[in-house]
Amino acid sequence: MSKKPTIELRTSPHAHAGEDVVIIMRNVVYALLPICAFTIWQFGLSALALLVVVTATCLLSERMFNKLSGKPNSLGDWSATITGLLLAMTLPPGFPLWMGAVAAFIGVAMGKAMFGGLGMNAMNPALIGRAFVQAAFPVAITTWTPAFFEGRFSQFIPTTLTPPFLQPPVVSEWVTQVTVDSFSGATPLALQKFEGVVTDHMDMLLGTTAGSAGETSALLILAGGLYLAARRMLDWRIPVLVLLGAALTAGVFFLIDPVKYPDPLFVVLSGGLMLGAWFMASDMVGSPVTPLGVVIYALMIGFLTVIIRLFGGLTEGVMYAILLGNAATPLIDQITQPRVFGQQRADK
Amino acid sequence: MGLFDLLFGQKGFTHGIHPPYHKDTADKPIRRLPFPPQLVLPLDQHIGKPALPLVHKGQEVVRGEPIAKADGNFSVPLHAPATGRIRGIELMPTPKGPKTNAIVIDVYEGSTQEVLWEQPRDMSELNPDEIIQAIQDSGMVGLGGAAFPSHMKLTIPQDKEVDTLVINGCECEPYLTCDHRIMLEHPKALLRGIRYAMRATGTQKAIIGVEDNKMDAVEVLKSHLSKGSPVEVKAVETKYPQGSEKMLIKSALNREVPTGGLPSDIGVVVNNVGTLAALGDLLPQGRGLIERVITVAGPGIGKPANYLVPLGTPIRHILEHVGYEGSRTEFILGGPMMGPAVSALDTPITKGTSGLLVLNEPSIEDESHKIWPCIRCARCVNACPMHLNPSMLGLLAAKRKYEEMGLDYHLNDCFECGCCSYVCPSNIPLVQYFRIAKAINREQAA
Repeated sequence: MSKKPTIELRTSPHAHAGEDVVIIMRNVVYALLPICAFTIWQFGLSALALLVVVTATCLLSERMFNKLSGKPNSLGDWSATITGLLLAMTLPPGFPLWMGAVAAFIGVAMGKAMFGGLGMNAMNPALIGRAFVQAAFPVAITTWTPAFFEGRFSQFIPTTLTPPFLQPPVVSEWVTQVTVDSFSGATPLALQKFEGVVTDHMDMLLGTTAGSAGETSALLILAGGLYLAARRMLDWRIPVLVLLGAALTAGVFFLIDPVKYPDPLFVVLSGGLMLGAWFMASDMVGSPVTPLGVVIYALMIGFLTVIIRLFGGLTEGVMYAILLGNAATPLIDQITQPRVFGQQRADK
Repeated sequence: MGLFDLLFGQKGFTHGIHPPYHKDTADKPIRRLPFPPQLVLPLDQHIGKPALPLVHKGQEVVRGEPIAKADGNFSVPLHAPATGRIRGIELMPTPKGPKTNAIVIDVYEGSTQEVLWEQPRDMSELNPDEIIQAIQDSGMVGLGGAAFPSHMKLTIPQDKEVDTLVINGCECEPYLTCDHRIMLEHPKALLRGIRYAMRATGTQKAIIGVEDNKMDAVEVLKSHLSKGSPVEVKAVETKYPQGSEKMLIKSALNREVPTGGLPSDIGVVVNNVGTLAALGDLLPQGRGLIERVITVAGPGIGKPANYLVPLGTPIRHILEHVGYEGSRTEFILGGPMMGPAVSALDTPITKGTSGLLVLNEPSIEDESHKIWPCIRCARCVNACPMHLNPSMLGLLAAKRKYEEMGLDYHLNDCFECGCCSYVCPSNIPLVQYFRIAKAINREQAA
């Protein structure tokens, strides 16, 4: 003992699992990247521009609110990046960029900063942003364009570059120009709901259909989700039970009337359910912490999604189902407090 | 997590964590350390009233001689670990934190390892009360870390009936292997101690719970048991905090200690293997507890091993012997999950010290210790062996709602194992908050 050591004083435990918020959030971003890549391949420049603009707006807004509230820079925790990527994925690929920026700003401002930043938000910020533009721009958010159209890497979808505060042009004419086969521009959900056409399950699994940027490829979403679940960065019970809840609810209606109602597999593979179940419902901040609470929450989201889809005016119900689930979380947590070790069971 | 329980049903206690175990010293036989030039023996090495000194400055004492007596029933005596002269009774640093009165002995050079003071007795003639008295006279406390006087623990309240003695051989804390070595090297002393404890408590059955990462110890113990022996060896899952009393009872007997209760409420009394092995050794010879086995380990230690050290040995002396490196270090007495860090190298090894660890963790100022907001990931909820809601408790603690924590969220069931802080990705010092909250609630109640 030649030199005097500096003694560190800390209270126990002196060991830590080593995984922190940044590592978890960064891995969520990793899991989302393949889906981003796929959507760019599918929809070209417009999808890329939308991802960049929305994510950048999220980051700028987050930084701005940091400054306004005198908090340290929180961009390093990656949560704003996740919000941006997820939000962009829930929007139609040809969504006007300025509207995307509005959604991003509202999502961060009203969905997160207002509550006090990371961990404090009651609901998923990306979905708050999307809910806002759904109400504000109902036409733009239901304007779908075909996947894999010709020249998607050299030209934008006409709606993408709509000048700020103007409504986007009508694209039906452009759509017929760029598509070889007669593409209606409708998503599998809309086709099923309004025209009774059921899209091939395999197409939906692989993601060769129209739809929001991120909701088309069930396979890639599944892969990303499984990666996170395997690394214990995502509670696998939530997506599994959301999908199960949706499939069971749909199954009941399918048995009642197989012609009118879609089959459970279609319900699970179509729309934003996959993305919502794996990446939004499972958002730790908005989901319950108690084991029983998680089950109630997830099944409720699955159930509500199908009910909204089948009986609501909208084609897609995932967003509102998850927001409702988020809203119910504090209550669910409260009533499902686990039985403490050594506590008498209520029935004794 | 959930899947295991789902497939195999409840096995032992649920939740808990699997930290890296670092049991590198498991194959290192127990060795003696030479006497330090000076021994520091705090009078309050145990829970309860501090011992009353029997010696004065300048007095000569021989190894094994009582130097302090128990102050009433909830206290234990102290014995001189080495032959030497009393330097005085001084305020010295202890693992508990504040300085307390300690008997300081200047050890004679060349002092013998032979115990010069003992009162051999025939254990077979003692009745239960006399065994309890003999245990108190030996100065024995729980060597697993709690340092609760053993004679108190083995005294069963009049209105309770106890049927099973559970012997804790889990050693679930990372790094520590001293109990493992004791089971391997002193199985006979351990079984002797178990028989004494069974007679003292009137239990008919005993179960030694050993984590299944120590199967060699299980085999050794089994080989010393005859057919029809009331003692059973049970391998339990390797999982922290398996060695907690309540968790081990659940795993060994599938009984749950009621909240706020004691093991005796469900007919169980628990003792640690190190404690019973020491009793098996000391009682027949009528000796006092003057030394104990500790694990010296950690990334900063040159020669990690298990050592039999005289009580009162300053950790500086041990470190000089084993060699250590690292300019910024933590010195921990006990395991990394629950052991206290010490602020002075003059701190002595006491009866409750099971290990000395030197960790080279990044400084508390390091970026890796940055505290993030709770993201409600529920890892703490799924780690808490008591099935509390640390996430909620943490939020309440930050708001200083200590009373609500106790009333609505079972704060007092927390035994501070540290699983919540260990898993928290936001680095929130959860168990640290809970300790403060409990202390404040105790103060308010007083």
